[in-house]
Amino acid sequence: MIESLSTLVLATTPDAGNEGFMLLKIVGIVSGILGLIFFLGSAVGMLRFPDFYTRMHAAGKGDTLSTMLMLGGFGFVTMDDFSLGSWLLLIKILGVVLFIYLTTPTSSHALMRAAFEDDEMPMTEEDLKKSKKRGKKKS
Amino acid sequence: MTEWFAIIMGTCLFVLMIPVIYRICVGPTGFDRILAVNVIGTKTAVLLVIIGTLYDRVEMFVDFALTYALLNFVAAIIVSRYLNRTISLKEMEAREKAKKEAKAS
Amino acid sequence: MNFSVWGCPEAKIYFAPMVVYPILIFLFLLLNWVILSGKFDVFHLGLGLISCFVVAWVSHDLLFHDRKKGMSARLREAWTFIRYLPWITWEVVKANLHVFKLAMTKKGYEEMSPRVVTFETYLKTDFAKFVLANSITLTPGTITMLIRGDIFHVHTMSQFLEDDLLTGAIERKVAEVFEPEVLENR
Repeated sequence: MIESLSTLVLATTPDAGNEGFMLLKIVGIVSGILGLIFFLGSAVGMLRFPDFYTRMHAAGKGDTLSTMLMLGGFGFVTMDDFSLGSWLLLIKILGVVLFIYLTTPTSSHALMRAAFEDDEMPMTEEDLKKSKKRGKKKS
Repeated sequence: MTEWFAIIMGTCLFVLMIPVIYRICVGPTGFDRILAVNVIGTKTAVLLVIIGTLYDRVEMFVDFALTYALLNFVAAIIVSRYLNRTISLKEMEAREKAKKEAKAS
Repeated sequence: MNFSVWGCPEAKIYFAPMVVYPILIFLFLLLNWVILSGKFDVFHLGLGLISCFVVAWVSHDLLFHDRKKGMSARLREAWTFIRYLPWITWEVVKANLHVFKLAMTKKGYEEMSPRVVTFETYLKTDFAKFVLANSITLTPGTITMLIRGDIFHVHTMSQFLEDDLLTGAIERKVAEVFEPEVLENR
C-alpha cells in the first residue's frame, strides 16, 4: 500500500526528480545546524553553571532538543527516493527520536533524586551571591 | 554534498564534546561525571548515524544507535541507583519531622 | 460490550477487556517487529507472528493498567494525547532558548536564582504523574527532583518562571488528557 502511495505522490507532483529532494535536504541541513547551536548552548552551560542541579538543567533540556533536531535532520538528508526501504529508515530514525524524548527526562530525574538523597543540598540564592562576590574579589 | 555535510557536522559535534569531557575530568562530585557521560552517550548515538551516512549503510547503523541509546539509559539508571546511600522515604520523613520539632522548640 | 448474567442483572461480565487488550498488545508488538526487521518474506513474518503471540500471551496484563475504561474513553485519551504533543514540543524549544540565554549572556547569568519549590498535585494514577513529571522537566526553568506520594519537589532556576508552575497550567494540561472527571469538580 505504501509503495502505491509513493508512486501516487511521484506521479502527482511533476518534476519531483530533483527539486523536491533538494527541498528535503535543505530542511534537514537547517535543522542539523539548529541542533548544533542548541548543543553549543548546552555544552557552555555545563561548563559555566555553578552547581550540580543547575548543570542538570542545561544537560536535561539541551540534550533532548538537540538530539531530536540532529537525528531528524539526518533522517531527511538520507532520503533519496520514496521507496519502502527509505520510509522504513525514516520511521526507524523517528523511533530513536521518540525513545530519546522519553528517556532523557527520566534518567535526569533519576540522577537528580539520587543526588538529593545523597545529602547534597542544592545551592540557594545567598550561596550564589556569596560565590559571585568572592569571584569579584579574586578578579 | 551529503558527504561533506556529514563530515563537517561530525567534526563540529566532536569539537563541541570537549567541554563535556572537561566536566568528566574535573567534576567535583561523582554525579557530575555520570551526567557528562550520559550527555556524551546521547551524542554518540547521533555520531553513529553520521558514520552510517558516510558508509551508505544507514539502515544498519540506526540499529546500533538505538542499542546505544538503550544501553546509555540503563547505565544512567543503574549508576544513580548505585551511588545513592538508599535512605528510605520513611526515614526522610522522620528526619524532616525532627528538623521541624527542632525549629519549633 | 457488557453482558448481564441471566437472573442477576447487577453482575455484569466485562467481556471486552479480556479479549480486546491482548489483541491490542499483539498488534503493537507486531508493528514494532515489522518496522525493526524490514523483511517481508514468509519465514521472517512467521517468526515475528510466533514470538509476538508468545510475548502477548505471557505478559497480557502488563500494559494498560486500568481495564475498566471503555474503548471510547481510550480513543479520546489517545486523541487528546496527540494534541498535547505539539504544545510540549514548543515548550521544549522555549526551555532551550532560556538555557541558551542563561549560559551565553552575562545578564542572564546574573539573574539566575536557584531554589526548591514544593507543591501537591491532585492527579491520581501513576502514569499521569509520570507524564506530569516529564513535562515539568521539559518546561523552561524547572526540573523535577523528588516525588513522594502526591508531593512534588521541583528545582527552579529563575524567579519569574515559578508562577507558571504554581498556578498549575501544566497540571491542568495533563489532567485534560488523562483525568477529565477530576477537572470538572474544580
